[in-house]
This record gives sequence, C-alpha cells and structure tokens, in this order.
Amino acid sequence: MLDMPPPTDAGDVTGHRLDHADGSRRQVFITHIETPYPQGRLIVSRTDTRGIITHCNQSFVDMSGYTRDELIGQPHCLLRHPDMPSAVFRELWETVQGGRQWHGYVKNLRKDGGHYWVFATIVPNIRDGRIVGYTSVRRQPSREKVAQAEANYREWNRS
Amino acid sequence: MSFNFTVSPSFPAERISDWYIFNTWLQRSLSIPIHLELHDGFDAQRAAIEAGQVDLIHANPFDASLLVREKGFRAIARPDGAPDEMVIVTALGHPAQSIHDLQPGTRIACTNDPCVNTIGRILLEPANLSADNTIEQQKETYIQVAKDLLRGQADVGFMPVGAYHGLSSLVRRELRTLVTSDIQVIHHVFLLGRDLHSRTDDFLHALLSMHETDRGQTMLSALGASRWQAVQQEDVEFMIDIISTLTR
Repeated sequence: MLDMPPPTDAGDVTGHRLDHADGSRRQVFITHIETPYPQGRLIVSRTDTRGIITHCNQSFVDMSGYTRDELIGQPHCLLRHPDMPSAVFRELWETVQGGRQWHGYVKNLRKDGGHYWVFATIVPNIRDGRIVGYTSVRRQPSREKVAQAEANYREWNRS
Repeated sequence: MSFNFTVSPSFPAERISDWYIFNTWLQRSLSIPIHLELHDGFDAQRAAIEAGQVDLIHANPFDASLLVREKGFRAIARPDGAPDEMVIVTALGHPAQSIHDLQPGTRIACTNDPCVNTIGRILLEPANLSADNTIEQQKETYIQVAKDLLRGQADVGFMPVGAYHGLSSLVRRELRTLVTSDIQVIHHVFLLGRDLHSRTDDFLHALLSMHETDRGQTMLSALGASRWQAVQQEDVEFMIDIISTLTR
C-alpha cells in the first residue's frame, strides 16, 4: 500500500505513521474536514479473506474520494484513520474470521485526508461451509452515537 | 400435477391482472400447469412457503434470502431496471423538513412488508429513532398509509418507490419525500423450488427471450420491466449477505 501524498489545498494537515496488523506501515496525512454521510445511501464493499477489496459500489467510491480502479486490489485498511484504535480492528478480524458478524462505529480516512463516520456491519461470506471473503455494509450513524464513539476511541487511544 | 406460483405482495394492486396474464403466458411457454396464488399479505405468503405450497415465486430480496438459504430455492432471473428502493414520506404540511426534525414518539404508517420496513428503520437511525421510541401503525395497503398521513394520523410513511409513484398525482401533491433510499444493489428475483430445478433451463429460456416478441414486451411493460436478466448464484449469495447485514 502506497504512502499518502500530503493534500495540497486542505488547510491544516498533520502527518501520522500507521502500523497495520499485517506488519505493514503507511504514512498518512489528515485534515479535520468531515464529509457528511449522504442520506439514504449504503456503502457496500467486498474483500477476499486477506481484506483486499474485490468489489465496491458507487457510494463507496464517492465517499472515499478514490476512483474505483484505485480501490480494487487495495487492502481495506487504505481507509484506516489514525484516530481509530487498533484494538477495534483486532476485534473486528477475530469476530469475522470466527464466522460471526461484526458491527461498530468507524471513522474512515478519505483520499484527501478528510474523514467520514459510518456504522459498519461486516459479515463473512460462507460458501459450502468455508469463508471465502467478507461483505461490509456501512450506513449513516446518528450524531449522538458518533460523539459517543469518538469519546470512547479517544479514551482507548490514551490508555 | 400443478405447480404453485406466487408473487411477493409488494406490487401495486393494479398489477394483479398483469400477473395472471404473465402466469398464463408462462404455462403456455413451458407446457406445464401452473397455479398462481396471490396472497393477501406477507404473513399469508410466509405461511404458504412454510407449508411447502410454493414452487416458484417472484420474491422481494428479503424473502429471497429465506428461500435460497433455508428452503433450497434457486434464483434464476430478475427484472432489469431500477433496484428496489423505498421512500419515507410525510404530509406536505407536516413541520418535519428532514428526518433529523423527527422526534421520539414519531408515528410511522407502514404495511407489513419486511423489506420496506427494515430499510425504512435504517433510514431513521440517523435521527436516533428506533422501534423503542416510535409508534408503528400497520396498514393493509400503501393507499391507506398515504391516507393516514393526509389525515394527520401518522407523521411519516414507509413505501416502495414504485408504490409512491403509483399513487394518484392528487395524493402525491399533498405529500413530501423526506428521504429516498439509494442502496443500488438489492432486487426482486424469480426463484424455482426444488421440484422445478430440473426445468431451470426451460424457465430461463422462456424468461430471457420474453422481450423478443411484441406480446412479451407488452406484458413486461405492464409488470414494470423491459426484460428479464439471468442471475448467477453468486450474485444472489452476495445480495443475501448484504440483506443479512441489514436484518441483524
């Protein structure tokens, strides 16, 4: 996964280095600009068992800021925001690899360094008793739930 | 032996005769006896499925999930065109301009269509509204849902986009859309039960070539489509995975 080029026209930008569960590292740049979740839409994507994106709908493309070609073939952690505690993703992977559904509030990183909040549900795709990939569906969360999640994640990152 | 055909009861009432015409065409095309049974509501349809009284069905995505995963049905085709979407509407004079203006205690008029109701509930989540802090008023038809709104007996109504556009222009002028779903990926599908799996190719051939005749085109148009498209098993499995994220 490539490092993120610093945004050129987004005001205050801070750089972070992310350590991913697979051992890879990535330099990202973030702004404080939030993109509002578009009403009525669901963001849908599929990955293979390693978390590599194999399918995404137009809402995913629109919200992430990447083109479809830039997304397909990339690991889903391309969207990982440095404010998200790594423990959340550890729990997510343990849950879905165990064949169960995971859901939670997630702050996603856009290509331009901004972010958007979602309520995400991830299910393992089980075919003939075997997990062959994962489907993730994101929907619009309420502002109250986002504020709650934001406070929780801040606390987790401190501890 | 006659096979039992049914259609998820979410289609507009004026299409009832069109489904009977479609059934006659299907029987003639395949030279097999097919009995069309249109159930009054989703409960009656589910009971018929449970009792093994359905051999083929044009089902909404939620019923398709149950039929494929638990009943051994095979999805073979879907009508082309727009995916299944729904709207949340209110009376024109209602103070809510968006779903964020809705408060706990909101009265929701809806039918017992599980597909529309589940998506409607999801669209209310950003306003922190759930089954715990709203009042659901189930109606028999979408016309009754609209009447509840116009009489001020409900704050919002859940409807499929097709049913909303099927209301008279006089009624629609008195309503306002608060939000329309844009899910893009779920559709009604045509499914065959186990006893008809051996005839899959015959059904597919009849359905996929239906638009090639004037009569077929007329029937499809009456049902709100222009042709049937084949669906692959994996497309349906993907749709079912998506549905499962919405229902738990």
